[in-house]
Amino acid sequence: MATVTTPSFDSVNVGDKIGPTTFNVQRTNLIMYCGASGDFNVIHWNERIATAVGLPNVIAHGMFTMAEAARVLTDFAGDPSRVIDYGVRFTKPVPVADDDKGTDIEVTGTIAEKRDDGTIVVDLNAVANGVDVLGKARGIIRLGD
Amino acid sequence: MAINRDFIGRTFDFEVPYQVGREKVREFATAIGDNNPLFHDLAAAQAAGHRDLLAPPTFPFVITYRAMIGAMGDPELNLNYAMVVHGEQKFTYTRPLYAGDEVIVDSVVADIAAVGRNELLTMEQHVKTLDGELIVTTRNVTVSRGTAPQEG
Repeated sequence: MATVTTPSFDSVNVGDKIGPTTFNVQRTNLIMYCGASGDFNVIHWNERIATAVGLPNVIAHGMFTMAEAARVLTDFAGDPSRVIDYGVRFTKPVPVADDDKGTDIEVTGTIAEKRDDGTIVVDLNAVANGVDVLGKARGIIRLGD
Repeated sequence: MAINRDFIGRTFDFEVPYQVGREKVREFATAIGDNNPLFHDLAAAQAAGHRDLLAPPTFPFVITYRAMIGAMGDPELNLNYAMVVHGEQKFTYTRPLYAGDEVIVDSVVADIAAVGRNELLTMEQHVKTLDGELIVTTRNVTVSRGTAPQEG
């Protein structure tokens, strides 16, 4: 069985980087996310309608991108329940073409703050096609002793 | 046409209980490509001190989305759903969300404000057990494109 390990509070420093980690998203991932989340908005799976309403292509759910970026936090924390606060702004859409390559989302975490209560603040940077797709993306992790 | 400001402060209770299912947690984790054992493997979750599978951090949106659609569907609100995009999302946990939890959602319209040509509708939602134990508070900003009241 896999064991869960969490970094100790003392082992991390402000400025430490986590990642980068690259998450590849293809059309099939969006279809799966539609089903798993219940969000079947056509702009996430129908290219004809997505382009008709002015989008460059089918776009990933913002919540899909947010979920991928969260993996940087939960993988670092070991136990995902140590991520006690997580928020983002959706600044740019992530278009996903109908090809075999999909779109890469590269996510980097930076430890921005260590707090007296044993939590750390991690700022996330998420880039797809050379542009930032999330803004003010930040998680709070309760680390171990 | 602008969103109805009378809705600021209004609350909506979504009392239809949502039960977090183990297979739904696994399906969601699989959809986001996350094989963390605490989302999939009951024995691993229990060995880590949890009573059941953990839901991924953004999973509560599956639950709050239903409640939000209900609130936003009120014709008096005057929100054109074709014009909206998701602006911000935040989750603040009081305790972990587990498979097996049966929850309800209350929502409050925290703010409606014009920013340039757009309007921002901010909703705060509380995911609670049937006994009223708070699990997670979410904050959601919906952007309504081009609907801000124009001067002159």
